[in-house]
Amino acid sequence: MENLGTVLRIVATKRTLPGALLPILHEIQEALGHIPPESVPLIAKELNLSRAEVHGVISYYHHFRQTPPGRHIVRVCCAEACQAVGGEALAEHARARLEGSDLSLEPVYCLGLCAIGPALQIDETTLHAKVTPKKFDALIDALEADQ
Amino acid sequence: MNACGEIDFGTPASATTTLVTLDIDGHAVTVPAGTSLIRAAAEAGVMIPKLCATDSLKPFGSCRLCLVEIEGRRGFPASCTTPAEAGMKVRTQSAQLAKLRRNVMELYISDHPLNCLTCSANGNCELQTMAGVVGLREVRYGAGDASPGENHFTDVVRDESNPYFSFDPGKCIVCNRCVRACEEQQGTFALTISGRGFDSRVTAGQDESFMDSECVSCGACVNACPTATLMEKSVIEKGQAEHSVTTTCAYCGVGCGFRAEMQGSEVVRMVPWKDGRANEGHACVKGRFAWGYATHPDRVTKPMVRAKISDPWREVSWDEALAHAASEFRRIQNKAGRNSVGAIVSSRCTNEEDYLVQKLVRTAFGNNNVDTCARVCHSPTGYGLKQTLGESAGTQTFKSVEKADVIVVIGANPSDGHPVFASRLKRRVREGAQLIVIDPREIDLVNSPHIKAAHHLKLRPGTNVAVLSAMAHVIVTEGLLDEQFVAERCETKAFADWREFVARPANSPEALEVASGVPAAEVRGAARLYARAANGAIYYGLGVTEHSQGSTAVIAIANLAMATGNIGREGVGVNPLRGQNNVQGSCDMGSFPHELPGYRHVSDTVTREMFENDWGVKIQPEPGLRIPNMLDAALDGSFLGLYCQGEDPAQSDPNTQHVTAALSAMECVVVQDLFLNETAKYAHVFLPGSSFLEKDGTFTNAERRISRVRRVMAPLAGMADWEVTCALAKALGYEMHYEHPSQIMDEIARLTPTFAGVGYDKLERAGSLQWPCNDAAPEGTPTMHVDEFVRGKGRFLITQYVPTDEKVTRRFPLLLTTGRVLSQYNVGAQTRRTANTDFYGADLLEIHPHDAEERGIRDGDRVGVESRAGRTVLPATLTERVQPGVVYTTFHFPESGANVITTDHSDWATNCPEYKVTAVQVSRLVGA
Repeated sequence: MENLGTVLRIVATKRTLPGALLPILHEIQEALGHIPPESVPLIAKELNLSRAEVHGVISYYHHFRQTPPGRHIVRVCCAEACQAVGGEALAEHARARLEGSDLSLEPVYCLGLCAIGPALQIDETTLHAKVTPKKFDALIDALEADQ
Repeated sequence: MNACGEIDFGTPASATTTLVTLDIDGHAVTVPAGTSLIRAAAEAGVMIPKLCATDSLKPFGSCRLCLVEIEGRRGFPASCTTPAEAGMKVRTQSAQLAKLRRNVMELYISDHPLNCLTCSANGNCELQTMAGVVGLREVRYGAGDASPGENHFTDVVRDESNPYFSFDPGKCIVCNRCVRACEEQQGTFALTISGRGFDSRVTAGQDESFMDSECVSCGACVNACPTATLMEKSVIEKGQAEHSVTTTCAYCGVGCGFRAEMQGSEVVRMVPWKDGRANEGHACVKGRFAWGYATHPDRVTKPMVRAKISDPWREVSWDEALAHAASEFRRIQNKAGRNSVGAIVSSRCTNEEDYLVQKLVRTAFGNNNVDTCARVCHSPTGYGLKQTLGESAGTQTFKSVEKADVIVVIGANPSDGHPVFASRLKRRVREGAQLIVIDPREIDLVNSPHIKAAHHLKLRPGTNVAVLSAMAHVIVTEGLLDEQFVAERCETKAFADWREFVARPANSPEALEVASGVPAAEVRGAARLYARAANGAIYYGLGVTEHSQGSTAVIAIANLAMATGNIGREGVGVNPLRGQNNVQGSCDMGSFPHELPGYRHVSDTVTREMFENDWGVKIQPEPGLRIPNMLDAALDGSFLGLYCQGEDPAQSDPNTQHVTAALSAMECVVVQDLFLNETAKYAHVFLPGSSFLEKDGTFTNAERRISRVRRVMAPLAGMADWEVTCALAKALGYEMHYEHPSQIMDEIARLTPTFAGVGYDKLERAGSLQWPCNDAAPEGTPTMHVDEFVRGKGRFLITQYVPTDEKVTRRFPLLLTTGRVLSQYNVGAQTRRTANTDFYGADLLEIHPHDAEERGIRDGDRVGVESRAGRTVLPATLTERVQPGVVYTTFHFPESGANVITTDHSDWATNCPEYKVTAVQVSRLVGA
């Protein structure tokens, strides 16, 4: 219910923008960390769309999450340059390391650090270059210690 | 998937009139500019392979199978998205095209199961056909980890939630046709493609089952699907049809054309007819799927007789039943006089059947005691439009809505009651037309995906005339009249009187605000919007007619249209949305106590003599009894015999106690129906009726369109309804000689000037005809009153708002109004006997949360609803669709007894009952 109040406020401020749906979805995700499926009927009604249309857009963009994320989001770059310098192995390592963790792991396609890969990003805030599995573990240990 | 035998041209026809000539594979082809290459080729008989294109939907250009080569252009453009241009040279076949198409098809099939032989689409699968056309011989790839010919969605589960069709995503090629059909054709937007890339899949709602989604089960997606992904369960069960018969739906007044796809005399599925002009290939859940009632085990197929209504029924032969009915009618007439018997004609039967029943009354009974169920729905339309415009019918075709700029919907709920027309209306609104809704309740058109009414005048039930007069006031006082139109086309004196009347301060929106509950500014805004529209069209329904001022409201609507010049061309007009398939027709056929076929009064000697000469009898010059008069006369002992065809007054007419008391007082009630309905409980003779699948005839829809109904199976009881009426007339001593219903139509045409040009041969050729159809208009009349009104000059009439006598009091503080839902139809005799009950299984009472809270009512509680006339019990549902002080219910289920509480109030001119306003109290049942 609290979430829906936030959603309503966001919709109310942005509904008159041309192509309001995407800005609204971004802001909801920023505010709530994800777009709760129960907010979709409300967004649809307010924007004069069907639930299916809103769902179609949310599911089209990998960026949009329909479930709450982990405590932190770890994005490992899977684009070509990083792949060429061990990105795939890093991603594999990350999957195993974060199994059952309260941190979210997501692939990302290019963080703009092609010369110093493999790269990863923690939340929207920090970028890390030349990440080896060892360096990865150290980063994760720090995150896990910081409860 | 296309109905068997129909050509799919790939894209819709272009509406332009400029022609272009181009060369396709060496053929010179001339088509309207804007026609796609794929369509131009198809019209020349050259079929370009395709998957995502179908002629009911706009081109999409995604399947890459319809590629062609165009001389002087690079690459291989898609022929569905490329418009034909003059002088173009197009090649649809080449070695390179063949290779491209084969490769594209190989990719499709790499992800598609290869179990064609056991697939329900086998024999009617576009994917299979196209694989054949492009010569696919091998599949080298598998999708992901899957082998070639396996779908990569290994977790797919078939969605069987909808009672009528199944959804098997494992067979989907993601061509988008279903999603586009839901958007473009139906306008519901219930489907989407979720995910992206290889994860793309068709999804209903928010990845939920079809039943839980916004789907309204119209079947457009199923029709559009080129594979077995979306498939009718009836086809899965029975297999593909081997022949089809074109016919007309027997549900609402839209009158959709259908192709009954058959195996022998068994219906496999009903598919909307692409060339049906009322529906243009679209359908709703009723016509498309809810036809199973026709063979329901409840069908009575043997005539039955009983001496008293307390006796058990006794099955007898047709001869015995008819002889018994005839002797009873004669006995009653001998005892109580010629006028002591009569008949009720059904708006669900064919024109020919309706014509015969009134003929039987006027010949064999020798009186004018014939009335139709239109009495209780659209009789005010007949009266109001005749008085003002000169003809008792809507002025337009449905297609006309495509040219409307402002659309007023008043007292109608098209997305539930007339869904296929609603889809056409909504398409126009999505194109930019503006919408004004005048309704006590927030119907779907007020706010639904991509539809938003510019104004919703949420009036108090019973105040239509106040709001319409207030709109007229604004138009007159703010200089929004079409003075030139009025001066040329309308009666001067009547107009001047009306102008003076509506301009009075008492008719201003401000003065009427208290009565109607609609803010004056909203009324002013709506009036200005309508009056200033280049084309303003009004559509209305029973929310206008079923009032004590029903006729006044119809007149007020006609006044508005005349005052703003919105009549006599496409895109405008006054359009009654008829409730039942043949309301228009039953009225046209003289099923009224005062009118002979073609709306000619029985006192008109010339007309009467024409019928007398043809029929060989004397016709009484005095009008007979209306349905309410028959019931009253029954109670005072002067009306004792009733022949009731396809009509259930005990459930459908207001104040049930009064109706059943009257029926109980009669000595011979003959019911002719498919089922033992509520009225049959009071009947002495039961004559089994025949469904629309079992007989030939015609229905006339709300646009005056006469369409053929064709027999696809033999009558279950051995006789079609028209044959039964002939046999009853014969038993009464009056012979009617017809070999086929076409001969009945010939007689109607011979005796009715507006039908003079109608005949089965011409209907066969034209598909359908809109009356008047005669020497002056041999191909029918799509738009009426073009150069002048049927009555010559249009006549304005004063519309003084008079509040109904049905007022709220401390004892009955709420107003009850009624309506229909999409999946059920009127008294539900048909739809209750189909899986449509899965969508709506019981009538509900809608109540505003405020009113509910005051009464301690929670959602789902069973509540007592009491009026001056009676009391019933309904489950409550809390919703802000209704305004505080107003409650709403439907009347589809006999056990809810909606008409137990409706009253005897009726329209001043026509006795149409005031179903839409009943003062009630609602209370929570103790222990509920």
